[in-house]
Amino acid sequence: MGTRQYGRKTSHSESGPGDAGRTGSWRVSRPIMDAHVCIPAKRGAPACFICWLYCPDGVISRTVPPKIDYEYCKGCGICSEECPTKAITMVEESCFIQTEGGEK
Amino acid sequence: MHIIESGNVAAALGVKLCRAQVIAAYPITPQTPLTERLSELVESGEMEAEYIPVESEHSALAVCIAASSTGARAFTATSANGLLYMHEQIHWAAGARLPLVMCVVNRGVGAPWTIWNDHQDSISQRDTGWMQLYVNDHQQIIDGVIKAYMLAEEVMAPIMLCYDGYLLSHTYMPFDVPSQEEVDAFLPPYKPAYALNPDSPANLNTVTLPDVRPDTKGKTAHGYMEIRYLLQEDLLKAIDVMGSVESRFKEHFGRGGNPYYETYRCEDARFIAVSLGSLSYHLREVIDRVREDGIKAGIMSIHLYRPFPADAIARVLVEAEGVIVFEKALSYGYEGALCSDVKAALYQASGSKKKRPFVHNHILGLGGREIKTVQLYEAMQHSCTRGTKVENALQWIGLKI
Repeated sequence: MGTRQYGRKTSHSESGPGDAGRTGSWRVSRPIMDAHVCIPAKRGAPACFICWLYCPDGVISRTVPPKIDYEYCKGCGICSEECPTKAITMVEESCFIQTEGGEK
Repeated sequence: MHIIESGNVAAALGVKLCRAQVIAAYPITPQTPLTERLSELVESGEMEAEYIPVESEHSALAVCIAASSTGARAFTATSANGLLYMHEQIHWAAGARLPLVMCVVNRGVGAPWTIWNDHQDSISQRDTGWMQLYVNDHQQIIDGVIKAYMLAEEVMAPIMLCYDGYLLSHTYMPFDVPSQEEVDAFLPPYKPAYALNPDSPANLNTVTLPDVRPDTKGKTAHGYMEIRYLLQEDLLKAIDVMGSVESRFKEHFGRGGNPYYETYRCEDARFIAVSLGSLSYHLREVIDRVREDGIKAGIMSIHLYRPFPADAIARVLVEAEGVIVFEKALSYGYEGALCSDVKAALYQASGSKKKRPFVHNHILGLGGREIKTVQLYEAMQHSCTRGTKVENALQWIGLKI
């Protein structure tokens, strides 16, 4: 369906997920979190949340354990860079394409 | 009330009557007296508006864009290199669909530095998505500002009101200044469908993806291309809106005529001169002279240049044997931009008819080079009598090389 009935004639975004499109498709490498190393995950208590604080796209939740929304994560790698325990590793997306394709 | 004043003051009084709420401008010759007058009107309390001094034309237009985004009626004015310094924001204002009015007091552009009149400044902004009106005298300047606000706010697109530097900006002429009550009855306050509001914050015109996207409410929002298509669609519709604005203006003020162009002795003309701005009135004298020689000639002065009312213009021109375009600007490396536009309009209009009028292009008055009536007369006579035998359809008038 087209956008003829959209109403506005300009680009107008409001705060909320996805108003810049499904930016997860921009990702070249994916942040993978190791729950054995991540401070809040390991302790089972709210702590650290450096990744949540630094994520420029707000796609990491302030939960135990923190969750990354891959629908919108652009794969910038800041969380991986800032994590004090190196719990987040950036893994090339091509690895997941192969896995999802069933080829392994 | 009839007064005798300069063209710049005519523009300033028009802006005051339209109750512009925010004015941001940077002085540049020959626009300066216009913004000076506006700052005096604001300072003295005669005009209720914010006058925001800025350090550059780029900032002037940025301020107007911001003001308009909050729902204010905004105004700016500039000339030549000042207009070019705004260029990035000029595109922005059009894409953001803000109904700004800007007076462009036409001046040649550097290099080499010049402060005198030609049309290269506004013609070079032709493809930005702004509407452009060219006017020929002081009455048309003040009336043009009032019509420009109505047109811009109905179409939701910005507009340049272009008038000749010095020839109109600094000369004094009698003109009628309508009363505030008359203008209020004609032009309603600006009420945009959306204005920035702290209670419902929004990001305007951020990175917009090539494809359409679901917005936060799940509705499919435009991609870049849809937004640009709508600008083009609305600008084409603006041709009809201009017709409606002109007839409403005539009902209210008893002045006006054709919304797109002004013709002089074109009814039976075999040869029609075409031009923009005050040059058209200069050419009227030339038309009278060549008519005395037995040549049936007329002059069409185009008021609405963007959107280009191609059908209306071509309907008149297609009946002629020859069309002679006099231009104070050039699309360097080809020909006058107006000439190309006229040719394109004629190509469409003549349809399957094999015969189209010949089109000559005279470039003149660049950087304020004096335009003598006798030169115009000779050029017009040459084009009319030699017609298709003229080898080079692009001629320069007054060149001393």
